[in-house]
Amino acid sequence: MRLAGTALLLFVLWLLMSGLYKPMILGFGAASVVLALIVTRRMDAVDGDRIDLRLKPLGFLQYLAWLMVEIAKANWAVTKVILSRELATRQHLFAVPYSQKTDLGQVIFANSITLTPGTISVETESEHFLVHAVNYHDDDIAALADMDARVTATEQGAAA
Amino acid sequence: MTFLEALRETVSWVLILSGGFFTIVGAFGIWRFRDFWARLHAASITDSAGMILMMAGMCVQAGFTLITVKLIIIGVFLFITGPTATHAVANAALVSGRRPTEAPGLTGTEPQR
Repeated sequence: MRLAGTALLLFVLWLLMSGLYKPMILGFGAASVVLALIVTRRMDAVDGDRIDLRLKPLGFLQYLAWLMVEIAKANWAVTKVILSRELATRQHLFAVPYSQKTDLGQVIFANSITLTPGTISVETESEHFLVHAVNYHDDDIAALADMDARVTATEQGAAA
Repeated sequence: MTFLEALRETVSWVLILSGGFFTIVGAFGIWRFRDFWARLHAASITDSAGMILMMAGMCVQAGFTLITVKLIIIGVFLFITGPTATHAVANAALVSGRRPTEAPGLTGTEPQR
């Protein structure tokens, strides 16, 4: 079942990337899908490592929409700093606790911090991330705590 | 040129030009900032706003074609790899002992270990 799903996904992806629908080209596509499946099965025998996607699909889309707005706001804020005459920066390295249970959730949170200009996740430690801000504001901690709660809410099995 | 075509051209050019604006602002910031950590932030403007707006503009230009699908795939890829690369660079700097200059009145958190 999982195998058939992977094969279908790979073939659809291949069709979208190629855009050519001659029988010979389609045959090459099918052959490469089979080859990819054989290779992944053999590699599974070496390490059965899998990443679980424990995300609520709708909740994640909602989060992405919210993130886009945040990215736009943060971009504008850093653009103003760069174009300002005095180049007012207030650099600060600080700890931001995270509450995600899964690796994927933590990656999404850390990448979201970096995606919004003005803040970069620098180091991951057992309970918190180290975040660097170029123009640190006292509200930043609260804003990042809000983002943390939103990412955690998209995790499946999280307290709803 | 029909009204819809004109609308499409306008929307896509507004998107591409504003993407270009943010790309230039990012480059300008890298030139203006004088230390490594601030420059990272300037680069991330090019990475996020510049990339997203330009991709969106190109998608509108291409319309409902396979090119748009490919552009979206590229966009998703950059959306994930961009911040990951920035994090890798920043982390390498921190691990090799580089510390950001703290603003007056602030003390930075030291990493554990």
